[in-house]
Amino acid sequence: MTTYRDALRQGLRAALQRDARVFLMGEDVGRYGGTYAVSKGLLEEFGEQRVRDTPLSESAFVGCGIGAAINGMKPIVEVMTVNFSLLAMDQIVNNAATLRHMSGGQLSVPVVIRMTTGAGRQLAAQHSHSLEVWYAHVPGLRVLAPATLVDARGMLLAALQTSDPAIIFEHALLLNAEGELEGDAAAVDIEHAAVRRPGRDLSLITYGGSLPRCVAAAVELAAEGIEAEVLDLRSLRPLDVAAIAASVRRTRRALVVDEGWKTCSLAAEIMATLVEQVFYELDAPLARVCSAEVPMPYAKHLEDAALPNVPRIVAAARDVARPR
Amino acid sequence: MKLSPDDARELLRQMLRIRRFEERCAELYGEGKIRGFLHLYIGEEAIAAAAVPELRADDSLLATYREHGHALARGVPMERVMAEMFGKQEGCSRGRGGSMHLFDASHRFFGGSAIVGGALPMAAGFALAEQLRGTDRIAACFFGEGAVAEGEFHETANLAALWRLPLLMLCENNLYAMGTALQRSESDTDLCEKARSYRMKAVSVDGMNVSAVRDATRAAVAHVRSGHGPMFLEYRTYRFRAHSMFDPELYRSKAEVEQWKRHCPIAALIEHARAMGVALDVPAIERGVADEITAAVAYAEAGTLEPLADLARDVMTEPAR
Repeated sequence: MTTYRDALRQGLRAALQRDARVFLMGEDVGRYGGTYAVSKGLLEEFGEQRVRDTPLSESAFVGCGIGAAINGMKPIVEVMTVNFSLLAMDQIVNNAATLRHMSGGQLSVPVVIRMTTGAGRQLAAQHSHSLEVWYAHVPGLRVLAPATLVDARGMLLAALQTSDPAIIFEHALLLNAEGELEGDAAAVDIEHAAVRRPGRDLSLITYGGSLPRCVAAAVELAAEGIEAEVLDLRSLRPLDVAAIAASVRRTRRALVVDEGWKTCSLAAEIMATLVEQVFYELDAPLARVCSAEVPMPYAKHLEDAALPNVPRIVAAARDVARPR
Repeated sequence: MKLSPDDARELLRQMLRIRRFEERCAELYGEGKIRGFLHLYIGEEAIAAAAVPELRADDSLLATYREHGHALARGVPMERVMAEMFGKQEGCSRGRGGSMHLFDASHRFFGGSAIVGGALPMAAGFALAEQLRGTDRIAACFFGEGAVAEGEFHETANLAALWRLPLLMLCENNLYAMGTALQRSESDTDLCEKARSYRMKAVSVDGMNVSAVRDATRAAVAHVRSGHGPMFLEYRTYRFRAHSMFDPELYRSKAEVEQWKRHCPIAALIEHARAMGVALDVPAIERGVADEITAAVAYAEAGTLEPLADLARDVMTEPAR
C-alpha cells in the first residue's frame, strides 16, 4: 500500500532524478525531512545543493524560486501551509503571475509552489484554512489540487512540464490516505476534471480533501436510492468549465462541496458558472456545503461543526435530489 | 576623477541620453502621449550611466519603477522604450508594461518592478541559478533606500549572504521614499550598517560623481564575481524632479532641491573635463542625443496598437480555456 505522502515523495524523487534543473527548497525540507515528512530521505539522496533548507523567509525563498525559474531552473518551492504563503503572496501575485504578461511574453516563470492546506487536526485559526480560491482568482497562475494518489505523484511532474507558475495544494488530511499505486511516476493530465463516481441523480462537485467525503456521501446516498456523480475538479485554475457543465447537464442537479469559507468561495464561482451555462436545464436550485464563516476553532467539536463532513453533504444532497 | 577622454565622452553621452530622453518624456506626458505613472530619474543619471556598463552582457539586471536610465544604459533600444511609453506593440514590453515595467530579455534586463523591494528576492534567485550551474555570471538589482524598510531587503540580504550568492545589491539612496525622508523612516540611517549586519561587504559612494560610481561599481562587480558572496553598494544621490507627475513636492524645500542641483552629475563632469583641458564637444554629443530622441519619438508615434483580439495573450503559456 502507498500513502498520499509517499506518492508526493515519489513525484519529487522522479522530478529530481529526471531533470538537473529541478531543485527543492523550503522550510525544513532537508534535515528535518519535511514538516509533514513528504521530503524525507531526499536530502540524503540528492544533496544540499538540490534539497535546500531555507530560513523562515517565505517572501525571499518564494521570490528566489521565481527568479531562478526565469533564469532557467525548475525550482520546486515548499511552503509549510497556505496560511504561511500569505507572507509570500506579493511574490506570487505581483511577480510570478504577472511577469509573462508585463514583459510582453518575453519571460516565463516555471516555478512550482507546493503547500499544505485544510483543517481537521485541531491546528486552529492560523494553520487550517483553505485559501485555494485566493490564488485561483489570479490570472497567470495554475492552481492544482491532487486528491488521489496518482495525482499526488503526477501533478508535480505535469506542472514542471509547463512553463507557467503552478501552485499545488496538498490537503493535510489526505497525507495518510492509502491505496494501490502502480507503475512509474508519470505526469498526469492537468487540464481536465475527472468523474470519480458516475451517477444520474445529482452532481457532487468538489476537489482536494473534500473528495473522499463526497465519495463516502455518494455511497450513503446510493443506499437511499440516490445516485450521485462525484466530479473531482483537480485543476482550480483554469477550471474545466466544460466538464462541470457536462456533468450537471447529465444530472440536472448540483451540490458543490468546498472547504473554503462560503462567501466568495470557489463554490460560488462554480455555481455562477452553472447559472450562466446550464440554468434552463436545472431541475433544482444549486446548493453548496462550505466551511462555517469563523476562523477555525481549536476545540474538536467546534472544528468538526465548522467543516464539511459526510452527514452534512448527505443531508444537503438529499435536499437537492428530492426538493420538498 | 580619473577618466580617459573617451570614457568621459561616453559617460557624458549616456547621462545626456537619459536626461534629454526623460525631459522629452515629461513633455510628452503633458501632451497626453504618455500616461500612467512616470517616474523621472533626472539628477541620478551618473549611477545608471556609470554602473550598468560594469556588468557583462551575460549578467542579469533587475531594477525599480524608476528604470528608464537603467534600461537605456543596458542597451535597450531607445525607440523600443519610447514605444512602450506610448503603449504601442513595438514597445519593449509590447505595450503591456509601460514606464514602470520595461523588459528586454535579449539584453538580460528583467524589469521594471513597481513593488518596492519586490525584485530583490527574484534577483537572489537569478544569482542562485548561476551558482547552481557553476557559472561566473552575477545578478544585480537596483532598489531605492525606501526598500531598506521592506522585509524583502532583510530576507534577501540574509539569504544571499547565507548562501554566498553572486548578488549585487545596488541601493540608490535619493533620500526620499516618495515623500518620506530617510530619517523619518529609518531608526538608523546608515544603510551600509544594515547590510554589514548580514556579514556582507558594504560600501557607500557619491552617486553624483560619475567617476566614483564607475570605480566603486567595478570593484563591487569584481568582488561578487570572484565568489565572495553578495555585496551592498549605496549610491548617495538626489532626485531633482518630483516623485512622479502627480507630486506637488510638499515634503522638501525648493532651497534644498536647488542646493542639490549644484551637484548635477552632468554639469560636474563637463566642469571637470574643462578643468582638465579635455575637449568633450558637448554640442556634438547633444546633437547626437537629440537626433536619437527625435527618431525614437517618431518610431513610437508610428507604432501600432495591439489588436483587441490579443487582449488575453501572454497570460499563460497556452491560452486558457
